Amino acid sequence: MITPALVLSAVLFVIGTLGVLVRRNAIIMFLCIELQLNAVNLAFVAFSRLHGIEGQIFVFFVMTVAAAEAAVGLAIIISIFRHYETVNVDNFKLLRW
Amino acid sequence: MHASLAAVLVQGGQATAEAAGHFEPFYPGLIILLPLIGFLLNGVLALRHGVASATAVRGGGELDLDTGGRPATHTLPSLIGPGVMLLAFLLTVVNFTRMLGAHIEEPVVISYWTWMATGTFTVDAAIQLDQLSMIMMMVVTGVGFLIHVFSVGYMKADSGYPRYFAYLNLFVFFMLTLVMGSSYALMFVGWEGVGLCSYLLIGFWFSDKEKADAGKKAFIVNRIGDVGFLVAMFLLYVTFGTVDFVAVFHDAETLAYGGSLVTAIALFFFLGAAGKSAQIPLYVWLPDAMAGPTPVSALIHAATMVTAGVNLVARSSVLFALAPVAGATVAGVGVLTALFAATIALKQNDIKKVLAYSTVSQLGYMFVGVGVGAYSAGVFHLMTHAFFKALLFLGAGAVIHSMHEAYHSTHSHEDAQDMRNMGGLKAHMPITWVTMWIATFAIAGIWPFAGFFSKDEIIWQTAAFGGATHAPYPMLYTVYWVIALAAAMLTAFYMTRMMVMTFHGTNRTGEEESKHLHEAPVVMWAPLAVLATLSVVGGWINVPESIRESFLGLGPLTSEWLHHWLEPITAQATHIQAANLGELSHSAPVGGGEFMWALISTVLAIAVVATTFRMVGQKEIVPAAQDVELTGFAKVLYNKWYVDEFYDRVIVEPILRTSRFFWKVIDAGIIDGVVNGVGWTARGVGFVISMFQTGSVNTYAFILTVGVLVILGVSIF
Repeated sequence: MITPALVLSAVLFVIGTLGVLVRRNAIIMFLCIELQLNAVNLAFVAFSRLHGIEGQIFVFFVMTVAAAEAAVGLAIIISIFRHYETVNVDNFKLLRW
Repeated sequence: MHASLAAVLVQGGQATAEAAGHFEPFYPGLIILLPLIGFLLNGVLALRHGVASATAVRGGGELDLDTGGRPATHTLPSLIGPGVMLLAFLLTVVNFTRMLGAHIEEPVVISYWTWMATGTFTVDAAIQLDQLSMIMMMVVTGVGFLIHVFSVGYMKADSGYPRYFAYLNLFVFFMLTLVMGSSYALMFVGWEGVGLCSYLLIGFWFSDKEKADAGKKAFIVNRIGDVGFLVAMFLLYVTFGTVDFVAVFHDAETLAYGGSLVTAIALFFFLGAAGKSAQIPLYVWLPDAMAGPTPVSALIHAATMVTAGVNLVARSSVLFALAPVAGATVAGVGVLTALFAATIALKQNDIKKVLAYSTVSQLGYMFVGVGVGAYSAGVFHLMTHAFFKALLFLGAGAVIHSMHEAYHSTHSHEDAQDMRNMGGLKAHMPITWVTMWIATFAIAGIWPFAGFFSKDEIIWQTAAFGGATHAPYPMLYTVYWVIALAAAMLTAFYMTRMMVMTFHGTNRTGEEESKHLHEAPVVMWAPLAVLATLSVVGGWINVPESIRESFLGLGPLTSEWLHHWLEPITAQATHIQAANLGELSHSAPVGGGEFMWALISTVLAIAVVATTFRMVGQKEIVPAAQDVELTGFAKVLYNKWYVDEFYDRVIVEPILRTSRFFWKVIDAGIIDGVVNGVGWTARGVGFVISMFQTGSVNTYAFILTVGVLVILGVSIF
């Protein structure tokens, strides 16, 4: 009964992961991260049929965090774009010593 | 806590007013405090005086004498320095006269506050007034005052004048702490304090490296002795749980006679005494200490500080009486030092060096005295020596002062202290000449001058001790006795030589210079006159019974007064000795009584003085600049037996080499190498690992994913 939902969740997660790994556009990578989160949300909802309501409660938390993350993340991306006029992550090597 | 602590022993069971009066101390704390106040005031003046004071150097930093009168900066120190000393001396005299009338048997301990309290061990900041500390206080403040007065004239032209008096006052403060403290711990405070002041004053003209080095040498050599003092003090604490004099000497009776513990304590104390009082093998610093101003040599390195060791042994008489081996060591080292230093003095040309070695030699005599259980004789010689040696040094100071100005007038760089450049000075400075001859007679041991009584007492007591019924090493003491007699003859020789070279014969200063030779001003010769008087009459307070008959009556004062005065201090030690050694001998090892040997030694001394006077007088002496180098044994003596060279080779250089090895190889090489190696390794590893930190988000994401997969894989399979 929940197998198709889990399969869909897994497919979405893999697509999201691959998207983060192979794409260079920060916006796209950002969308893919959202995709991963939602794949997890789907799995939560599916499992809640078996294990009770907690899974669905978790989904609300995830959505809240995702919304906050989206706000902060997009703000960063916009300011990066304003400064460098690009959102290609290959151009940014700031996260190092 | 108070004077009432003094348990007054009732003589003959009857409390009569004279026999057992109550000793009421008169502001004794003020005696210590006054020099400290003087130091603080002069110190403030010295600081205000500032740079000129700090950079003073003889010659270079000298004030211009031609401006006439003394500078304004000198007025206050001239009043404060000797002023506090005069007050302290007067206070001491008041206390002394009070004690004279009181006949106290127990020391009066006045405690001010608890200095340290750790568990069961407490030390009070307390002073102890008894017969020994009174004698020492009289010497320190009395002779100290005279030397302060002399300094007013001697240091007149020095721009470090306020600093000089600050140090001098500080010295007296510490010296009084040393002699008045009521415990070994307080004595040690004074002990270290006088060492510090000695260092400061030897290196007073510190911009001259040689003089600064001399100060350093004195300080370092004294450290070796101080270790001994400390160890002895620790042993006392471990044994008795206290270091207070009264308590220690009370409990000391429980120690076994000749036991290893008491012997160790006594020997360690003697190591400390040998350092401070310049005995073999630690005497080397004292001759170098002559680099300081001459009044300093008189006060610190002749009259007071260097006698601290004798004071220590006399104070600890109980411990030394219980340890015959230590006593024999003390006397042996003393007699060897007396002879050894006397031989060096024979060939010195620097007037202060002669006096320095003479001081070492006379200190040796004092140790012979306290080593053979004649504690009062040792203290007696300490006192008379303070008079005549201070006089000799101040006289030498007056001579140097005059010579210095003579050479200064022609800008000559000849040595103002070299006796070969002197000669015939008696015409120019008659007062100095007469007073120094008095001191020479005193030190040579000629009747009736002070040194005769004290030195003869020591030599006699050596013979008497060696001849005691159960004397530990009778032969050894006979040898001591012979050496002591021989060294006394050498004393007479080198002192006469010094006097002849300085004051007699023709003048060798130089034609132009000799016009500027002059008698010292009154502020300088007045102390000389007072000390000369003391050098004559100082010995009359302790005339032995057997000599007394031949001595024109001077009342009851003459009959071994000092000996009886110190009896409360030495009684315990005398008792121990009497119990273990039996009766002392009444004849010398080769026969003859005390009177006969006193007569023999004074006749011999007069003969030596007379012969030397003619011998040296006839010899042609050439000024230092034209003198030829000595050869043979005379050269060995002139070079002080090469002891300094020997110490350099055997101790200083190996230590330097070892230190350099530890510095260059162990410290800079191995230890720094390990520390730096660890640092470099960490940096290298960090550099390699930092390669993984690319800054690219994709790489991080990739590694994260791979990592998650690996962990998942591991946890599943």
